[in-house]
Amino acid sequence: MLELLWLVPAIPFASALVLAVVRLPRKVVAWLAVASIAASTIISLLITYSFLHAPPAGNAYTEVLWRWLDVSGFHPDIALYLDPLSLIFMVVVAFVSFLIHLYSTEFMIGDDGYSRFFAYMNLFVASMLTLVLANNLLLLYLGWEGVGLCSYLLIGFWYRDPVNGLAGRKAFIVTRVGDTSFAIGLFLLFQQLGTLNIQDLMRVAPQSWHVGSGVAVAVAFLLLGGAVGKSAQLPLQTWLPDAMAGPTPVSALIHAATMVTAGVYLIARTHVLYALAPSAQFAVAVIGAATLLLAGFSALTQHDLKRVLAYSTISQVGYMFLALGVGAWPAAVFHFMTHAFFKALLFLGAGIVIQALHEEHDIFRMGGLWNRLPVAFWTFLIAGCSLAGLPLITAGAFSKDWILWGAASAAQGSTGLWVAALVGVLLTSLYTFRMIFLVFFGQEHTPIAKKPGAAMLIPCIVLAFLSIAGGYIRIPFAHFLEEVLPWTTRVASAVPLSETASATAAGLVFLLGLVLAWFFILRRPSLSSALVKNPAGAALHRFWFSDWAMDWLYERLFVRPILWIAQIGKGDVIDGSYDGLALLTQGGWRALRSTQSGKLRWYAAVIAGGTIIFIAVVLFL
Amino acid sequence: MNAVPMSHGLILGGILFAIGLAGLLMRRNLLLILVSIEVMLNGAGVAFVAAGSRWAQPDGQIMFLFILAAAAAEVSVALALLVRYYRMRGTLDADTARGLGE
Repeated sequence: MLELLWLVPAIPFASALVLAVVRLPRKVVAWLAVASIAASTIISLLITYSFLHAPPAGNAYTEVLWRWLDVSGFHPDIALYLDPLSLIFMVVVAFVSFLIHLYSTEFMIGDDGYSRFFAYMNLFVASMLTLVLANNLLLLYLGWEGVGLCSYLLIGFWYRDPVNGLAGRKAFIVTRVGDTSFAIGLFLLFQQLGTLNIQDLMRVAPQSWHVGSGVAVAVAFLLLGGAVGKSAQLPLQTWLPDAMAGPTPVSALIHAATMVTAGVYLIARTHVLYALAPSAQFAVAVIGAATLLLAGFSALTQHDLKRVLAYSTISQVGYMFLALGVGAWPAAVFHFMTHAFFKALLFLGAGIVIQALHEEHDIFRMGGLWNRLPVAFWTFLIAGCSLAGLPLITAGAFSKDWILWGAASAAQGSTGLWVAALVGVLLTSLYTFRMIFLVFFGQEHTPIAKKPGAAMLIPCIVLAFLSIAGGYIRIPFAHFLEEVLPWTTRVASAVPLSETASATAAGLVFLLGLVLAWFFILRRPSLSSALVKNPAGAALHRFWFSDWAMDWLYERLFVRPILWIAQIGKGDVIDGSYDGLALLTQGGWRALRSTQSGKLRWYAAVIAGGTIIFIAVVLFL
Repeated sequence: MNAVPMSHGLILGGILFAIGLAGLLMRRNLLLILVSIEVMLNGAGVAFVAAGSRWAQPDGQIMFLFILAAAAAEVSVALALLVRYYRMRGTLDADTARGLGE
C-alpha cells in the first residue's frame, strides 16, 4: 500500500494541469477538482492504515521516483519520505483540503474564474503535499515555492481590483525575503555537509558539529528566516492580514490551515539542527511568544471579520513556534492539527456569514445571526471555543494546554514564556468572543441574503466534529511521534508548577476572557466605545489596529528608500549606454531615410557614384 | 592590317558612356533619359567591339549583338511605359515621379 505514496501529490497535480489547460463545464470542473483531492485523501488514509498496522522498517518509508539532478556530487532525487511526522501533515493537509474544496464548489459557483480557481487550488494541494513528503530539502524547497506561487495567485485571484493584486505582490515579496534566507541556509548546508537529504543531514550534523557551533547556529537561523516568512511570524508577519483579499476558502486553506504552518513543519523536520543551536531555538521561542502576543492585541481591534481571523492565525502559529522553541515538538505538531481543523472552520463560517450579508466584512454591521444561520452559528461557536480553549472539551484546549505545559516544563522552557503563553490565552479568549458576540448576538444590522447549501455546511459540520474530537487523541498522538520528535524535558525541580495547575490556570484565564468580552460587548457596549474614545485608548487602538505600525515602519524603512534608489539610479552610466545605443540606431535611421528621396535621378547618381567608388577601390587598393 | 588601336576604341566608348551618364543625370525628360541610356549602352558596345578586335575574337561583336537585342527589348517596354505614364500624369518630368519617397 505504501508504494501508492507518489499518487498523493501526483493526482492533484494532474488534475491542476487538466483544469488549467482544458475548458470544461462547471459541473465537471467541480467534480474533477474535488474528486482528485478526495482520491488523494483516500490514498493517504489507506497509507496511514497500513503504516499503523504494519510499520515499515525503521518506522519510515522512502520512495525514490527518479534522480532529479546529478551535478558533481550533488544528486538530489525526486523522492518521498514518509515517517510519523510527514504522515500527520500529509493526512491533515489532504483531508482539510478535501473539505475546503467541497465547500468551494458552492462558494465560488457564481464566479467567472471557476476553473482557474480550482486549478490553482489543486496545484496548491499538490505543492503542499510535495513539501511535506519531500525527502530532501531541495524538493521541499520546490514545494515551498510552489505553495508561495499559489498563495500569490489566489490572493490576487480577483485581479480586476488593483488592491488585491497589491496584496498578492506584498505577500509574495515579503515571503521572498524569508525564502532567500532559506535558500542561503540550503547553500550553507550543502557546502558544509555535502548533501541535502534530510535524513542524512540529521544523521551527519550532530557528528560534524558540536552544540552551539557557529555553522550550526547560522544554518538554524537562516532556516528560521524562511520559516518566519512563510508562517507570518515577527518580523515578516505583515503580509498575512492583507492576504485576506483572496476568496475566503483560500484564506481557510492556505492562510490558516496549511501553508502558514509550513514553517512549523520545516523547523520540526530539521529539529536536530535546532538542538545543535540552542540560541536559534531560543530565538524561535521568543519570536513565537512575541508574535502570539502582538498579533493577539492586533486581533482585538480589527473590524474586518477576516482580519480578526488572520491575526488570530498569526497568533496561533506563534504558539506553535513557541512550542518548537522550547522543545515541546509534538505539542507544536498537535496544535498544527487542531488549529487546521478549527481555524479552517472559522474561515468557512466567516465565508458563510460574509456571503449571507452581501460581502459585508465589518463585524460591527453584523449581529443577531445566531438564529438566522443556525448551523453556521453552532459550528462557528464550536470552532471559536476550540480556538479560545474551552477546557476539557475542545481540541484547541488540549493542544494549547500542552503547549503551555511545554513552555513551563520542556528543555528550553521558562516561567517567562509560560506567562506570555498564558496572557496569549486571555487575548485569544477576548478577541474570539468579541468576534462571536458581535457577529451572532446583539441586534440584527443587515438582513441575510443567501442561505448556505449542503456543500458548504457539510465541511463545517465535519470540521466542528474534529475541532472537538481531535483533542482526545493526544496521548496516542504523542506516542506515535515519540521516535521522530521526542518530547524534551528539563530538570523536574526547575519546573515551577504541575501540568494540572498549568491547565487550570489556562481554563480560568479562558473564563476571564469570556466574561470580559461578554461584559464589554453585550452588557456594557458603551463602556468599550468610551474606552476607544478616550485619547490614550484611541491612540493605543490605532496603534494595534495598524498592527503595531509595522506597515508604516516598513514603508519608511524599506519601500521608500528602494524606490528612491531606483529613482536616482534611473540615469546612471549603464542606462546611459543603453540609451546611447537607442540614439545611435535612431541617428542611423535618420541618415538612411534621407537617401530614400524617391527621385529617379538621385538614385541613378548614387548608383553611378557607388560604381565609381567600387571601381576605384578595385583599381587603387 | 592597319587596325585602329584598342585605346582609341576604349576612349570613344568611355566618352560615349560619360555623355550618356551626364544626360541621364541632368535631363528631366524621361524620353531623353531613355535616349541617354541608349548612348551609354552604345558606349559599352564600342568597348566590347574594340576589345574583340584587339584579341581577334568574335566574342566582342557577338556581345554587341546581344546588347543591341537587349536595348531593343528594353526600349519597346520603356516606351510603352512612357506612353502610359504620360496619359496618367500629362507630363514626362522625371522629378514628378516621387511616389517611392513619401
